[in-house]
Formats: sequence, C-alpha cells, structure tokens
Amino acid sequence: MGVEGIGARVTRKEDKRFLTGKGRYTDDMTVPGMKYAYFIRSPHAHARVKGIDASAARSMPGVIDVLDGKQLQADGIGNLICGWMIHSKDGSPMKMGAWRPLAVDTVRYVGDAIAIVVADSLGEARDAAEAVVIDYEPLPAVTETAVAMAAGAPQLHPEAPNNLIFDWQLGDGDAADRAIASAAHVTEIEIHNNRLSPNPMEPRATLGIYDGAEDHYTCYTTSQNPHVARLVMSAFYNVAPENKLRVIAPDVGGGFGSKIYIYPEEIVCLWASRKTGVPVKWTADRTEAFLTDAHGRDHVSKVKMAFDADNHITALKVDTIANLGAYMSLFSSAVPTYLYATLLSGQYAIPAIHANVRTVYTNTVPVDAYRGAGRPEATYLLERTIETAARELGISPAELRRKNFIRTFPYQTPVIMNYDAGDYEASLNAAMQAADWAGFEARRATSEANGKKRGIGMSCYIEACGIAPSAAVGSLGAGVGLWESAEVRVNAVGTIEVLTGSHSHGQGHETTFAQLVAGRLGVPIESINIVHGDTDKVQMGMGTYGSRSGAVGMSAVVKALEKVEAKAKKIAAHLMEAAEEDIVIENGELKVAGTDKALPWFQVALAAYTAHNLPSGMEPGLKETAFYDPANFTFPAGCYVAEVEIDPETGETDIVQFVAADDFGNIINPLIVEGQVHGGIAQGIGQALLENVQYDANGQLLTASYMDYAMPRADDLPSFKLSHQNTPCPSNPLGIKGCGEAGAIGSPPALINAITDAIGNNGLTMPATPMKVWQALHAAH
Amino acid sequence: MYATSYHRASSVEDAVKLKSAHDEGKYLSGGMTLISTMKQRLAAPSDLIDLRHIPSLRGVRIEGRKVTIGAATPHADVAASRELAAICPALCQLAGHIGDPHVRHMGTIGGSIANNDPAADYPAGVLGLGATVVTDRRSISADDFFTGLFETALAEGEMVTAVTFEAPEKAGYAKFNNPASRFAMTGVFVAKTAGGVRVAVTGAGSSGVFRHSGFEQALAGNWSADALSNITVDSSGLMSDLHANAEYRANLVKVMARRAVASAG
Ligand SMILES: Cc1cc2nc3c(=O)[nH]c(=O)nc-3n(C[C@H](O)[C@H](O)[C@H](O)COP(=O)(O)OP(=O)(O)OC[C@H]3O[C@@H](n4cnc5c(N)ncnc54)[C@H](O)[C@@H]3O)c2cc1C
Repeated sequence: MGVEGIGARVTRKEDKRFLTGKGRYTDDMTVPGMKYAYFIRSPHAHARVKGIDASAARSMPGVIDVLDGKQLQADGIGNLICGWMIHSKDGSPMKMGAWRPLAVDTVRYVGDAIAIVVADSLGEARDAAEAVVIDYEPLPAVTETAVAMAAGAPQLHPEAPNNLIFDWQLGDGDAADRAIASAAHVTEIEIHNNRLSPNPMEPRATLGIYDGAEDHYTCYTTSQNPHVARLVMSAFYNVAPENKLRVIAPDVGGGFGSKIYIYPEEIVCLWASRKTGVPVKWTADRTEAFLTDAHGRDHVSKVKMAFDADNHITALKVDTIANLGAYMSLFSSAVPTYLYATLLSGQYAIPAIHANVRTVYTNTVPVDAYRGAGRPEATYLLERTIETAARELGISPAELRRKNFIRTFPYQTPVIMNYDAGDYEASLNAAMQAADWAGFEARRATSEANGKKRGIGMSCYIEACGIAPSAAVGSLGAGVGLWESAEVRVNAVGTIEVLTGSHSHGQGHETTFAQLVAGRLGVPIESINIVHGDTDKVQMGMGTYGSRSGAVGMSAVVKALEKVEAKAKKIAAHLMEAAEEDIVIENGELKVAGTDKALPWFQVALAAYTAHNLPSGMEPGLKETAFYDPANFTFPAGCYVAEVEIDPETGETDIVQFVAADDFGNIINPLIVEGQVHGGIAQGIGQALLENVQYDANGQLLTASYMDYAMPRADDLPSFKLSHQNTPCPSNPLGIKGCGEAGAIGSPPALINAITDAIGNNGLTMPATPMKVWQALHAAH
Repeated sequence: MYATSYHRASSVEDAVKLKSAHDEGKYLSGGMTLISTMKQRLAAPSDLIDLRHIPSLRGVRIEGRKVTIGAATPHADVAASRELAAICPALCQLAGHIGDPHVRHMGTIGGSIANNDPAADYPAGVLGLGATVVTDRRSISADDFFTGLFETALAEGEMVTAVTFEAPEKAGYAKFNNPASRFAMTGVFVAKTAGGVRVAVTGAGSSGVFRHSGFEQALAGNWSADALSNITVDSSGLMSDLHANAEYRANLVKVMARRAVASAG
C-alpha cells in the first residue's frame, strides 16, 4: 500500500499541466500549411435540399475549396453507423435511416452539416460560407418524444414508418400483468426524463492531415476512444485502411459520453485534407456544441408497480418512449435498452419485470450515452415510483426500501443482470445517519416557523458499469467487444511505461494507473509514465466510458504486470540462486523470502536487457502485454439523501444538505473518487433543477447558449457529505467497481423526492425550476 | 467577427467627432454586449470608437448628496465605491450583482443603459432613482430615456457621458436571477426620493423597464413591505419566455418589491 499505492490520496500527476495552462488539446495542434474548416449547417429542422451554389464562395479571398455531400458520396465515403443491433419484439431489425456525413438531399435537424469551406483563416471560411447559396424547401418538423409516432406526424426517414426505430421488450409481460391484476396495491406514475446537453469544457475539435507521399492519414480528435474511432472510420466510412490511419486523442477536456461517438467532422476533415492537399482543422464553438454534440436522456414512461398486502413489490411494468433524435448515433440503440431496462430491478427483489421500449426519430440532435447512459433513466423512474408508493401506502420511504432490498448474492434479476455483491442496507444506514434523518421533523418545524417548506428525499441506486463481458454484449447485439488492453514496458534502468487502451479525459488515469504499479512493485510513482490516446503507440483498445477504466482498464494492467513480475522473479531467482517460488517483490526489491538476499528492481531490469546472465532459453527484455475481458459487469450501488428548503414565495429551492453513501468496492485513490462523485452529483443537480434542452415548434433549438441553457455553478451546489461502504467486486482482480457515473445516476431522484416531499405535489417534472415549483405549490393548495 | 477599425478616443469631443466621421461606426465601452454580438456576426460596425480611455468618463464623483457616475465607469468600481455606499448602498449592491467578476470589471453603466436590455439591472436603478442621463449634448430624465426593448431616447451619434442623481433618503434593490444567464428575471428598485417614492421594475415588462404606480402610491402612504400585500400585479404587459411566464413574473414583481423595501429599511 504505502503513501503512493492503492488506497492513497495521491494528488493528480496531470494537474500541474492542466492548472498551468500547459495541456495539449486538439485545437493546440498546429502543423505547417494547416487551413481552417467551417461547416455550413442547416438552419432548418427539416428541409429538402434542392441545390447548393458555391461558385461565388470559391473565388473569395483565402478560400481553398468548398466541398459538399455529393462529392463526399462520389468518393465512396460511407454513412455513419449505429454499432449496436436491436431487434423489435416481432423479430425485425431496427430501422436505421441513412446519416450522411454531409447531407445530400435532406437535412433533418438544425445543425445538420451540409457543406464545408476550407480557407486560410476561420474568418475567411466564415465569410465564404455566407456566400454559399443553398436552396432549401422547408418541411414540417417534429421534436417531441411523445408525439413523434402520432398519425400525421412529419416523417424523417423512409426506412422508419411512423418514425418508429424499434419496438423492443425485455422481461415477462404476462407474469407482470398477472401480478398487477392480483396486487393489493398498484402505484401508477408517468415519468419524464429531460433532455440534456453534455457541455464538456473543451468543445469538439479535429485536425485531419493527409500525407500524399505515404498515402497516410493522421487524425487528431477529441475522442474518448481513439482506437474505436480508427476502427469505425476504416471499416465503415472507408476513409482509409487501419494501417494508413493514425488517430491521436491528446489531452481531452471532458467528454461525459459525448466524445465516444464518431461524428461527421472527423471524417469530413480527413477527406477534405486529401481533396485539398492541406491539413484541415476544425474546432466547434459553444453554439455548435449545443447544436451538434449528442444529447442525453429524453424519455417519457408510464410505470406500474404492484405490491402484495405485506408491501413486497410483486411486479414492475414499464412502457417507455425514447427520443433518438434525427439519426442513430453510434451507441444510441443500446442506451434505452440494455443499459436501461436491465437495471429496472434496482436494489429490489422484484419477481416479475416487463419493459417495453419504443425509440423514435425526431428533428433534433441525435441522442446517445451521456454520463450514466440509461442507468440514470432507470434509477429516476424506479426511485420516483417507489417513493410515490411509500407515500400512497403510508409507510416510510426507508422502510419500504428495506423491506424489498436484495440481501443474498449472487442475485439473478428477471432482466438479465446477475448482481455479484452488495450491501444496500449499509449504504442506506450510513446515508440516513449522516443526514440525521431522525432529526428532520424538528428541522422541518423550524423551517415552517420561518415561512419555508422543507423536504427530505432519498434515492437508492444501482448501476452496471465497467462494461462489459465481450461475449455477453455480443449476444445482445454489440458490434464490438468490450475488453481492454495494457502493455507494461520496463526500461533497462527500471523506469516503467504503461500503455493503456483506456483514455483519460478528466479521470486522472496518469495518477491512478501509476499508483497501481507503484504499489505492487514498491517503486516511486515518478518512475512510472502512463501512455494513452495514440493508435501508433498503444495496441488496440476500447476507450473510456461506462466507468470502465478502473474495473477493466486497470485489470488489464494487472494482468500484464503479473506477467512482468513472473519474468522478473525468474531472473532474480537465477541471479540469486534461489527458487523462483521464494522470490517476493517488495519496496522496490526482489527478495528471497526469509533471507536477507535482495536485488533492487532496476538491477533486475538491467539484467533483462544486458542479457549477460539470464536463465537458459529466456528471451531478453522486460515487456508484457495483456488483454482483459471481464467476467461480469460491476455493480456500484449506494444511497443518496437530499434535503431542501423551498421559498414558497418564489419557488426557489435551496439544497441544505446532500449526502452520498457509495459502495464502489475497493478504492484506488479516495481523492479522485470523491472528485468523480462531486462532479457527478453536480451534473445530477443540474438535471434535477436547472438543465433542459428545449426546441420550439419549428424545431429551432431555443437553448443554444449559456444565456438560456442553465448549467450548475458553484453557488447552486451545497457541500457534499460523502462516505464509502465496501463490498469488493468478486469479478475483477482489484475488487473495484466504478465511480464515474454514480453521482449523476443517484442524485436526481433524491432531489425530486425531497422537493415533492416539501411541497406536497408529486406531479413535478425535471428540471424543477423555481417557476415549476411555485406553480406546483399553488396547484397543491 | 467582420473586419472593423478600432479608434481610441482621447476626449468626449474626439469621440463624437470620430463617430460623426463614421456613419456605420459604434461607440465601444466595456464591449460585454457589443463584442459578443460582433463575434456572432449579428453586428458589423465599420469602426469602433473606444470610450474607456477618456479620463472624464470614468469614476464616481460625489458632491454633498449629488452623485455623478461617468459613463465608462465599470460595475466593479460602482460596487466598490465607499463614498457611494455611504449615501446610496442600494446602487452599489445592484452593481455588485451584475454578471460575474470579469463582466463587472469590463461592463460599464453607460454601455448598460445605452443598450437597455430588458433584463439588465442598471435601468431599474437609474429609473428608480429618478436619475438624469447626461449626454454630449443634453440632459435626459430617466423617465424619458428608456423608451422600449433595447430602445432609448439617444439620437444617432449621441453619447452618454454620465448618470447623475440626488441620493435618496432610502433605496433598495431585489433581484431574482434568471437561472441560466443570471440577468434579472425580475428586479425591483425602490427609492424614497426628494421627488417622491419611485418603484422601477426590470426583467419583467414586455416593453422593458417600467415604473409601478400602484406600488409607488402605496409606499408613499406607508413605507413598508406590508403596504404592498394587498396589491395584485397585473400580468398583462409582462414577458413570457422559456424561463418564466407572465403570471410567475407578476408574482416575482410583488415579492421582489417587498424584499427591496425590506432591504431599504
Ligand atoms: C456573461 C455576462 C453576464 C451579464 N450579466 C448581467 C447582469 O446580470 N445584469 C446586467 O444588467 N447586465 C449583465 N451583463 C451586461 C453587462 O453588464 C454590460 O452592462 C453590458 O454588456 C453593456 O455594457 P458595456 O459597457 O459592455 O457596453 P458595450 O458592449 O461596449 O456597448 C453596448 C452598446 O451600447 C453602446 N454604447 C456604449 N457606451 C455608450 C455610451 N457612452 N453612449 C452611447 N452608447 C454607448 C454601444 O455602441 C453598444 O451598442 C452581462 C454581460 C455578460 C457578457
């Protein structure tokens, strides 16, 4: 363990670079001859494109070229794909409409890219873009989830009648219906999950460089998974074969899911670089980010939860419509299905569960995974429903949850997941105690005396992360495997490079991955470097999302380290004339157990590279690789408590305390874990109280800047009281779960449960803005 | 941003002369509104005439109870003025809650009132105090200055040089932030001035800042928050947008007015 090993609060190695402005982001990359791209985007939510006249623009100052979708198509560049096949319950495959990197005959949302201007400067590119004349024939648009399938609604894709992409189900509908029919009590509720914009601090950017002499492409991009980007661009978009395409994701300033996907811009800039013979860079501005970064959430659901006379849950039935926007983004189909319905059992033993999910096209930005991806939607639905049931049944929300907790593991839910470990009551107890739940009524009385309304609410979440066993996801339709790779390179002087297929864009891998190695070998953390984000340096990898870098990425490092350690022990045993089994690695030395014989780590490394005296038949060098494919998801769980005070005159909510009790299994670095939880809760509070993507009836995005899209700021947030419980994960060598998304998953229902408790009106929807709370208060009286 | 030519004016006369020489030019003060509008290509002035380096336009001057704030005085200077805080703390508080620190160190009172954003704070203060807007050529009473959404009585090329007012006996400002922009979703400035009680409302009216005569009469008779209890605010004429409808704004007008009176003491 020690001060730098697993469990230590090591400050982040990467922060010096970030805090002093020395990070190297895609937009910082400048190469000789580089030019700038400006994307011309549709101002209409839905229109036919009758013609593009770029003749005037082409002769404007500084303009290299104006390129459009017809040229892209003629060069054989493919359409964007969705990489997870879902079948409807009638057996038919999902109905995927064509998404061209540059629209050809139809545009389907405001922001849909239609042409690109390449010029000496961005200003000149923009000037020329204004001179490109596009003849649009506007068509009617539909943006709302609930009405997309209605008769007469505008149709987006000929492949998908009624805008229905798939009609999918999971679980046993008959069993759920039977249990509901014979229930002692049924709680029914309608749940809306608001649409969010991810807003990473760094906007998306890309630099495409074509080298004609080598017929080779380099793509700098703001990606969470550069190898997947290369794979998809090679295999599906025909940009270039993999050996001719290098993808580099340097420092990336946050992603939250939105930088998993391969967007049109990377493909178009690479192609444009070949077409024009110059490197082409594009960086989104903030409005472009609102208009084109994949959005998150946007579900409407009807829920029934059945109880027996003893208040045990007997069934859950869910009918969800999920909005996927104008096109199917890379993992969009998996989010409202296998990342959502599989978590509908929550922390509860529910014998019968049935979920029906219909996904729809609308004239809006494509929707895909956003921090939590499906699990926040499941948690919000379940935790609002059980809270409502407790109120209807007249029993305390904690009591109802306790009564229904799963208590023996492994536990097979009726919706695929097999929970491996957990202790839900431990987190519930810790959270209630930290929040002084018992003292709430007294605090409420004080608030009442001051003319305020006080409420308390909890949420018991579970999530599945560390995605995931490749065979399992393959059988469910995934187009890729979800293992991870690692390479541990010990240099001749004993310093170490760890190459990982995980990608750090805020998570602190340069610190935690180094801690793992420092702890196991007992070498200083400064002697370890983490290398990631470059397909020329790191062998194939799957990237970072779904809180998988710890559970999957670090497990791969463990597997590679084990091989390195085994070889080092062989060398040490040979040099010290001891038995291999007697060698232990401790404090930077290889020791013969029970003796005072030892060799320092660097000396064994040196011996591996001088190769003067190695065991017979051993290859020189000390470098090993491993691929790790997890045996199961990991299941972080916990309990969050929010306490709010509401000003009835204005409807303003003040979060007076927020408690999080999380079980992430073993923890590598508590400082970083707490940071992840803080950030996640901040985003959850954003969803619950502030954030909401809104379109007008014509499909114009109304919330396209921070003037109208409300992001949480420091003074919107209380300080958080955190604690950790620990049931180690049995399916990976480190016993760790995942902590990156929990905060965003667990917090929204705790807040809405608290606010509805305070105002006595259960019909409130997110975001609970002051106006909505004020209206709900008045409606309640 | 389209190409533009920058001029640094050395005096008010110099600025006015530059402006008259450039038909399509614009005065530039803090640039907090103008520059971002230009970056979005929604404004394309041929010339920018920067007012911030004209010494006479900058600073808070106090003679007795007469306050003069130069047009190019940034919000942070108003917020931090001890002399002003001694006789009209409500205006310091108003300035201290505009935007964020960056905005307060760049944005200016002249730019704010010339722009007359319907959700800006200063228009409420200037109208509530019954201030006078001094320009390069005349004085305009606040009652005549604010004429509609982003509209003022300024003539083409006319430049605000200062805002002056007599410190009120009492004043208070209460603002309810728009959750996204943090401009005023509703802000109410109340003042007991030599010329009578004045109540100005910003962020709520569909034609910009306005005075509320019902509140003024009630407070003239009884300067207390409770004096406003029985007055209902008519929601017609109030704004409805993404963030708040007219009915909610009507509620906020009353709640903020009560809080402004309470804060004035
Ligand atoms: C992030 C952000 C948050 C903000 N929050 C708030 C808020 O909470 N409350 C609030 O009230 N405001 C807010 N503002 C606005 C800001 O406080 C400024 O008051 C406003 O931008 C205008 O002042 P300026 O000095 O920047 O004017 P500029 O942007 O330089 O000019 C604005 C307009 O006024 C004209 N003009 C400038 N000076 C003169 C003059 N002396 N005579 C005639 N015409 C002139 C210019 O030609 C231009 O048309 C915010 C701004 C930003 C960017």
